[in-house]
Amino acid sequence: MSDKKAEAEQPLIDGKGLRTDGRKLDELRPIHLEVGNLSRADGSAYIEHGRNKIVAAVYGPRELHPRHLAQSDRALLRVIYRMATFSVSDRKRPAPSRREHEISMVLRQALEPMLFLKMYPRAAIDVFIQVLEADGGSRCASATVAALALADAGIPMRGLVAGVAAGKIDGKIAVDLSDIEDKIGDADVPTVMAPERGEITLLQMDGKLTKKELATALQMAEEGIHQIHEMQKEVLLKKYAKIRDQIAEVSPELLEKVEEIKEEKPKEEEPKEEEPKPTRKRTKRTTPAKAEEKTKTTKKTKTPKKKKTESPKETE
Amino acid sequence: MKIVAEIDRERISTLLREGKRVDGRGFDEIRPTKLTQDVISKAEGSSEAWLGKSRVLAGVKIQVGRPFPDTPDEGVVITSAELFPIASPEFELGPPGEQAIELARVVDRGIRHSSAIQRSSLCIKSGEHVYLVMLDLYILADHGNLIDAASLAAIGALMNTKLPKVNVTEDGTAEVLEETFPLEMGPPPLTVTFAKIDGTLVADPTLEEENVMDGRISIAIDGDDTISSMQKSGGVPFTYQEVTDAIERASKIVKKMRKQLPQR
Repeated sequence: MSDKKAEAEQPLIDGKGLRTDGRKLDELRPIHLEVGNLSRADGSAYIEHGRNKIVAAVYGPRELHPRHLAQSDRALLRVIYRMATFSVSDRKRPAPSRREHEISMVLRQALEPMLFLKMYPRAAIDVFIQVLEADGGSRCASATVAALALADAGIPMRGLVAGVAAGKIDGKIAVDLSDIEDKIGDADVPTVMAPERGEITLLQMDGKLTKKELATALQMAEEGIHQIHEMQKEVLLKKYAKIRDQIAEVSPELLEKVEEIKEEKPKEEEPKEEEPKPTRKRTKRTTPAKAEEKTKTTKKTKTPKKKKTESPKETE
Repeated sequence: MKIVAEIDRERISTLLREGKRVDGRGFDEIRPTKLTQDVISKAEGSSEAWLGKSRVLAGVKIQVGRPFPDTPDEGVVITSAELFPIASPEFELGPPGEQAIELARVVDRGIRHSSAIQRSSLCIKSGEHVYLVMLDLYILADHGNLIDAASLAAIGALMNTKLPKVNVTEDGTAEVLEETFPLEMGPPPLTVTFAKIDGTLVADPTLEEENVMDGRISIAIDGDDTISSMQKSGGVPFTYQEVTDAIERASKIVKKMRKQLPQR
């Protein structure tokens, strides 16, 4: 309590350009992910992000109570973010605070675009997030873990979301701010993205940044989110690999059938792939590149002469 | 209101009449326990307890505050419990209901009236400053008998608690220091709960057994084999014989449980 002044004067970046926990400016804290850790939930996940420890449970789609909240054309998504009383240095009062209400709301809006709510009219999908220990960036880590819990529940999704905060400490832009960097740093930009779709689904900021600094911060956040997204996919794949092994033990024939279906599928999908997908236009990394390739290849076969003159323009 | 299939009730009580339980345990056999301490670094004490698949996280935060006027030389231990829906699809959001409050109070009484914590040792300056030990219980998975699971988690967290040293300055204000010392504790009380199903008492009921039970009795046995608290609940009466039997059985179960407790 008394050392808060001392904290404020403490440098956040040392002479070697390293942060208080020894990280580089563009380095994430260690992250550990688990799925299916809560035995009574339909889907669940656990994240340790730095010293953040957060569990998320998902129920549904299930019957909605109270009934009057039901929406006739879609499911109601409810997201509740709560902190344990002992998750922070000074005990938090058990009743939900204004901060918890707001974070619950922005997290709901961060997850909602990933779900097909219209598939389940009048139903409810509930996401409960419990922060057991907080260490800066808990809302971003909550988005990461909630997306995993939804996937673990087997709820169809457009993609996963993952989150990380970027910000400014000691005048420099850095990613994944820790508790102390968040508190005494110059700016904090919590960001949640659907990295496969290039969409930002949660964005907040407090502090002061120039336009250029904000752009750098967002780029760094995006880079971090891509890294976290890879870890999310890995932990989900591991879970399904385990299930596959279990099936192999009980019924190898069933697994063979699944493999057969898998082999058949690509043939069906081929024609679909060539159709342009307007909704995916914004994804920088994958689709536009593929689309370009395809347009090139088609032109190659049809009008090989024109291709040379046109292609430079295309790449511009 | 829980709806239980008549067939479930029938199956469980038929088995009981044959001297068996649904999961194959003996009537006085509790599920395997596991206790992990020091799981939350921002808490002054913490532990996660498993009782079978039931799972409870307990955390302790320490505050320095004023004592109650009628006990100026004693610190305060306050226990609360939260049944957040992550633990069960049957838990609903909102302020603590009957079940959460009963749970917290039963765990609280088991500790409060035991000789494990001398509350006079939590006094800093008589009538002015005492330690407030805030013990919070978070249920992570409800597979039955949360009272015993929560009591175990609570004990684990308290045994892991470190109090900050406090310096009382000349003008009487309390200054919390960085240095810590472990909370003084004797042998802890342990709680055993029995479910009464069709007149038979079984220790450590599972969720399935809880759903069909007529009543329940929880008994906290202190370090010196005395009883430090009890709670009878459910709308079915117990006979004097049933209560005394339950206490004897609880005492024996607790003796076995003690061997598995972490050493300080």
